[in-house]
Amino acid sequence: MSIFEKMFAIDRRWVYLTLGIAVIIALLIPFSIPLPISKEAQSIYDYVDRLAPGDVIHLAMDYDPSVMGELQPMTYAILKQCFDKDIKVVVSALHQFGPTLAANTIDSAVARHREKTGETKVNGVDYVYLGYKPYPILIILGMGQNYRIPFPRDYYGVPLDSLPMMATIRNYNDVKGVLNVSGTSATDYWINYAQGRYNVPLAIGVTGVMATEYYPYLQTNQIFGILGGLKGAAEYEILTDAQGPAVEGMRVQLVAHSIVILFIIIGNIGFFAIRRSKNKAL
Amino acid sequence: MDWTTALTNTIAAFLTLSIFSFLYKDNPFYKFAEHLMVGVSAGYWMLTLIYSTFVDKVILTIADGKWWYIIPTLLGVLMLTRFSSKLAWVSRYPLALVIGTATGVAIPLEMKAKIIEQLYGSIDLVTQMQAPDATLGLILNSLVILIGVVTALVYFFFSKAHTGATGYVAKVGIAVLMIGFGASFGFTVMARVSLLIQRFQFLMFDWLNLPRG
Repeated sequence: MSIFEKMFAIDRRWVYLTLGIAVIIALLIPFSIPLPISKEAQSIYDYVDRLAPGDVIHLAMDYDPSVMGELQPMTYAILKQCFDKDIKVVVSALHQFGPTLAANTIDSAVARHREKTGETKVNGVDYVYLGYKPYPILIILGMGQNYRIPFPRDYYGVPLDSLPMMATIRNYNDVKGVLNVSGTSATDYWINYAQGRYNVPLAIGVTGVMATEYYPYLQTNQIFGILGGLKGAAEYEILTDAQGPAVEGMRVQLVAHSIVILFIIIGNIGFFAIRRSKNKAL
Repeated sequence: MDWTTALTNTIAAFLTLSIFSFLYKDNPFYKFAEHLMVGVSAGYWMLTLIYSTFVDKVILTIADGKWWYIIPTLLGVLMLTRFSSKLAWVSRYPLALVIGTATGVAIPLEMKAKIIEQLYGSIDLVTQMQAPDATLGLILNSLVILIGVVTALVYFFFSKAHTGATGYVAKVGIAVLMIGFGASFGFTVMARVSLLIQRFQFLMFDWLNLPRG
């Protein structure tokens, strides 16, 4: 087997091994990379930043643990910004494997806020966690009429009417906007049924795989901002001064992408060299 | 780190490494982790559905005095008649209700969000370009989108052979589509690597407690 044939047919396990080693080294060695803030991430930050203390945001956490690597840092950064600015948050989780993850995330964000500021955010007063209900389209439409239709009780079984924060919140008219962090098609439902039907201002944070699909909605102003994958999460961490796993991850992305590009180049050199030698032989 | 966190992290690390072992080749550790995940997911989902739907929307709601919830519950029960060959026809009534309602709700809103708004957005580009405060960047951006939309649509116009001028426009459309696929692929690579990084962050920093770089 010639060198070019070897380059063209590298065992994929070498690619995995090289990538794994590169990721480990990049995580252990301290270095930083520039991360410019995109307009679409800045617009979400500015929107939330302009809200007054006491205003309400709906945070829809529609993802499960399989994509938490990309979406969890976004959620933490958004919750941090809301808690820091005393913005109240209504949280829902419309992915069947997400409700426990969402509950843990909120608890963790509350604990982080308490640790940093000494202030305790109280369930029912500063935030409400509605939990999960199946059939997201019906739930999104139902919340547009009255949060109490799909969610008569919150995640912890407490009737919504007994929560002080919900006394002034009936439907989307009483929230300043919806931030949908999603790893599923629930984002389509939020665009079609919450923004489309009730005209609620909507911004989304989605996985990298989904991101390109939703940019057209940004151009038509159906959404006012988009956080795409780990890059979007890192941008929001920087904006909210909560640099964490996403910023760290983007550093590693640089190394991993360089490795992927290198293997693509090696494979292509092998491919073209073999084709050239075959053409010559003919 | 308390011992319960250490234990759960060790179990999670073992399962992560078991899944990663598939990258070398299929093996019993991978199969165990895969089957465990499928089983746990199915059980978790079933319980979530029972509590979030049946307990919350049927039992507790009817116990609250909202007796009319019995009607949709009975319609739901009628769906079960599909298991009987003689009574299966009864299930068509609740099914018809569901399909009719869902269609009525979905069609206008899907049309609005995915076709009408997008069409309007493409037409609006011309207006944006003519605006007195339009910058050169905005005009170029709008032109790229407009040319991209038109040429990509021409590529999918099959009533005329892709020859001559139509062929050239369609070729530009192919280039636009390829750029779109390239962007999607780039984002997909980033997404997959992100998940790998998150697992390594867990293994190295949460489980092994290594110092962060």
